[in-house]
Amino acid sequence: MTEVEVSGIRKIYDNGLEALRDVNLAFPKGQLSTLLGPSGCGKTTLLKIIAGLIPRSAGEVLVKGKPVDGPGPERAFVFQDFALLPWADVLRNVAFGLELRGVPRPEREQVARRFIAEVGLKGFESRHPNQLSGGMRQRVGLARALTVDADIILMDEPFSSVDEQTRRKFQEDLLVLLRQHQKTVIFVTHSIEEAAYLSDQIALLSPRPGTVSKIVRPEVDRSKSPDEIRRDRNYLDTVDEIWGILRQYV
Amino acid sequence: MRGWQLASFALFFGLWELAGRWPLSAAFPPASQTGVALWQMIQDGSLPRAYLITLQPLLIGVALCAVAGITFGVGMGLSRAVEWLSLPVFIILQAAPMAAIIPLLTYMYGIGLTSKVLAVIMLSAPVIVMNSYKGIRNTNPSLLQMCRSFQGSRTQEIVKIVLPHAAALIFTGLRLGLAMGFIGIVIAELLITPTGIGDLITYNSSVADYPKMFAAIGSIVAVAAVSLHLLQRLELRLFPRD
Repeated sequence: MTEVEVSGIRKIYDNGLEALRDVNLAFPKGQLSTLLGPSGCGKTTLLKIIAGLIPRSAGEVLVKGKPVDGPGPERAFVFQDFALLPWADVLRNVAFGLELRGVPRPEREQVARRFIAEVGLKGFESRHPNQLSGGMRQRVGLARALTVDADIILMDEPFSSVDEQTRRKFQEDLLVLLRQHQKTVIFVTHSIEEAAYLSDQIALLSPRPGTVSKIVRPEVDRSKSPDEIRRDRNYLDTVDEIWGILRQYV
Repeated sequence: MRGWQLASFALFFGLWELAGRWPLSAAFPPASQTGVALWQMIQDGSLPRAYLITLQPLLIGVALCAVAGITFGVGMGLSRAVEWLSLPVFIILQAAPMAAIIPLLTYMYGIGLTSKVLAVIMLSAPVIVMNSYKGIRNTNPSLLQMCRSFQGSRTQEIVKIVLPHAAALIFTGLRLGLAMGFIGIVIAELLITPTGIGDLITYNSSVADYPKMFAAIGSIVAVAAVSLHLLQRLELRLFPRD
């Protein structure tokens, strides 16, 4: 079943630059789909159009079959630069989505505490973002997106400012969390390994203007352990296949 | 660190003492004589009286600037129309040589308190307004997108993100505004009519009581430096740097 669908998406910036041309994609419910491509291919632009954060020049975004024109409660966004309030502690940051919706304080803090524990930050509730590492800050961003109970999580290169070791652990935790909560995820990345490791479906975008050049579905057995997946034949073949396509753009 | 700061003060006053005793000039008293003069002026009440007079227009001016200037700056940051209307005024005020405009104030508002308050306002308003304006405008765009992605309203955006984000810069503006206010009030007291500290400086210079003149100048420098330093400490406490 399709949860999010985009059709005929076009984006021309005010300076005349065409970022996206005739993008058609379907994102299946409960799966993790990745938008992958070299920098400048418009993948973040496409994600923000789906989020309703920037206007599109043409085309349609359907969420659960209904056309949408702005942000909505069924979609939550995780930002590349975390977008945390520097003057607020972890608890308030995680509860901020609920705060904006007018949920009373005791209630929203209770929900926030639960998700802080789920992303592995129990005990850090009263820390401020500048006291946390990049990986921990993004865990706060993820917890905030989970508290509002949106069915669709949009993630814009969430691990690009996180160091390599932290990233691996975080990727593993992310898979567990998302499957447990049955979220539909749209994930933007420029890392082929990350896409092959995480995704059920990978949309490869070609640059200037961005169009979908191929859709790859890695046949990786998710019941295996993370280390086994990284040695899996299909995983390695997927990485090679994607590189074969993307190398012509770089 | 503390030790080096003390050493730096000791070196400064030591050199001053030497230069005064040399003597460099008949109009340049050594540090010790200046210190004695300062003590006398505190004891006979002339220095405290002068500060009561000087601080009055300074505090009135800076307080008016704080209220009106922050309102204006925030308004300019939030609304294109207000920005279009008032930004040029403050940019010109910031660039204008104030000492040239102060006689004009005397011409229009006489030599009383009003002129001096206005002199303070003209110097301190631009920096307070511009800092509030920049604070509002420099809001991290990613935080605004985050607010919108959770369907925050425009009011929530301003109250929960834009204003707290600008608070640190607005406070910096107030501190710099007070610094400019000190400059404004001393210029006003020297150029308009000698009152307060300005009077102590001009009078003692005219009767050639140089230790007292230097004591008056030194005291206003010290008062300004100490109060600005305390404000900066408060600022760092209230808005810790990232």
